[in-house]
Amino acid sequence: MLVAILFKTILIGIIFLVSLGIAAYSTYAERKVAAFMQDRVGPDRAGPFGLLQPIADGVKMFTKEEIIPNASDRILFILGPCVFMLTALMMSAVVPWGKSFEFGGVEFSLQVADINIGILYIMAIASIGVYGIMIGGWASNNKYSLLGAIRASSQMISYELAMGMSIVAIILMTGSLSLREIVDGQMHGHWNVFYQPLGFLIFLICAFAEANRAPFDLAECETELIGGYHTEFSSMKLGLYLFAEYVSMFISSAVISCLYFGGYHFPGIDSLDLPQNIAAIVSVAVLFAKTFFFIFFFMWIRWTIPRFRYDQLMKLGWQILIPLSIINIMATGAWMTFVK
Amino acid sequence: MQLTNRSKVVVKKEMSWAEKLYLPAIFGGMAITFKHMFKKPATVKYPEETREVSQVYRGVHVLKRDEQGRENCTACGLCAVSCPAEAITMEAAERKKGEEHLYREEKYAAKYEINMLRCIFCGLCEEACPKDAIYLTDRIIDSKYTRSGFIYGKDKLVEGVAPEERVDISKRKKKYEFS
Repeated sequence: MLVAILFKTILIGIIFLVSLGIAAYSTYAERKVAAFMQDRVGPDRAGPFGLLQPIADGVKMFTKEEIIPNASDRILFILGPCVFMLTALMMSAVVPWGKSFEFGGVEFSLQVADINIGILYIMAIASIGVYGIMIGGWASNNKYSLLGAIRASSQMISYELAMGMSIVAIILMTGSLSLREIVDGQMHGHWNVFYQPLGFLIFLICAFAEANRAPFDLAECETELIGGYHTEFSSMKLGLYLFAEYVSMFISSAVISCLYFGGYHFPGIDSLDLPQNIAAIVSVAVLFAKTFFFIFFFMWIRWTIPRFRYDQLMKLGWQILIPLSIINIMATGAWMTFVK
Repeated sequence: MQLTNRSKVVVKKEMSWAEKLYLPAIFGGMAITFKHMFKKPATVKYPEETREVSQVYRGVHVLKRDEQGRENCTACGLCAVSCPAEAITMEAAERKKGEEHLYREEKYAAKYEINMLRCIFCGLCEEACPKDAIYLTDRIIDSKYTRSGFIYGKDKLVEGVAPEERVDISKRKKKYEFS
């Protein structure tokens, strides 16, 4: 029992550090990807290939002057970025990062909490994420911040519906709400994306909207709203907001890989009969490869598609994605009932 | 007048069903951005490498000396008059006895200043100069912290006496010999 608790604690620590590390280097990767797509070089001054750039950025964020506006609500102003970061990190708790290790007959699962309602947990935490933006935007006492916060909350609420309903189709197919069971149901290349292409598309679009990434970055919208909800934030509080965006991008990439792309399974590797510990390491590598691809995909989309207009965003969410996801549920249900 | 054959006539027609999906257009856009990832960046990594400039580039001015190292400028003021940006100011002085090795003619510029923030590098000053004294070169101005740092006096403008300190303006000079 003690060993299990110790292992979980270490696992939480590792996932925490890895999430932050990947988020830090996502900022570097984002700038590099953007540069390459625009025929530029990108950051290349700090260290070889600019690899120390995230550290330089972090130092800059920490040493900047911290300004809390007089008219702001101090407690909420500080709480906002904390909530945003907390919810972004909390999502990682139910993601199955790989197969189990085995040492001395004891099995160590690479999932912090294998709760049987893993998907509901993710949906719930994703919904709480809007509080970080809403609180920050409200507490700033600035019209641009408030506009950004209102946009963010209405956008997240609108797209959560379609997101939840696209997951319902997967739950219908798998018969479980546990992420590990959903992943294990996709062994031998039976990835959900091949059975649920429409559902995948809806989920992907909604994931972009939930992560507040372009083309759905109306909450930040620097060309219209200066910086949206984080206009008044400075120093590391601003850093937390920017950083949490990349953490949630990393986690939602991992969730997309788990739900639609077989998680830590890869066709061919499961049938190799590797020893359990090596198989576990390979499975972690497979999941991370898929996750990194989706992080790249997030960036690829950002530097390709321009931002939506607000009415287009609402129309896409309510009039297109939600009806489509209902049709998707009904079609999946009919297929499960009459064909299978 | 048609300048290129790339212009497209705007047609306002209903979008087809496939176009309304927007997905083909999105994938097309993604293909374009992905292709650009493998193109050579257009960046010039200044100051490690500098952009190649034309041989008759119009950069920072030089005040020339003649073969014996005497300043050509006689402070006639034609360059200042011709300057459309009014960037040039000067003060004239008379050559004293014993200064014949410094200045070519009896009158010279005691003070000669070009405000590089005003200068538009049009080259009209060198066209106006009757004494072959001022030329534009392929050098560019350094960045400075203060505005006063951009006012170049004689210390920065006049070329050195030593042969290795002379500034080569033969390319730009040739430009005027043809015309």
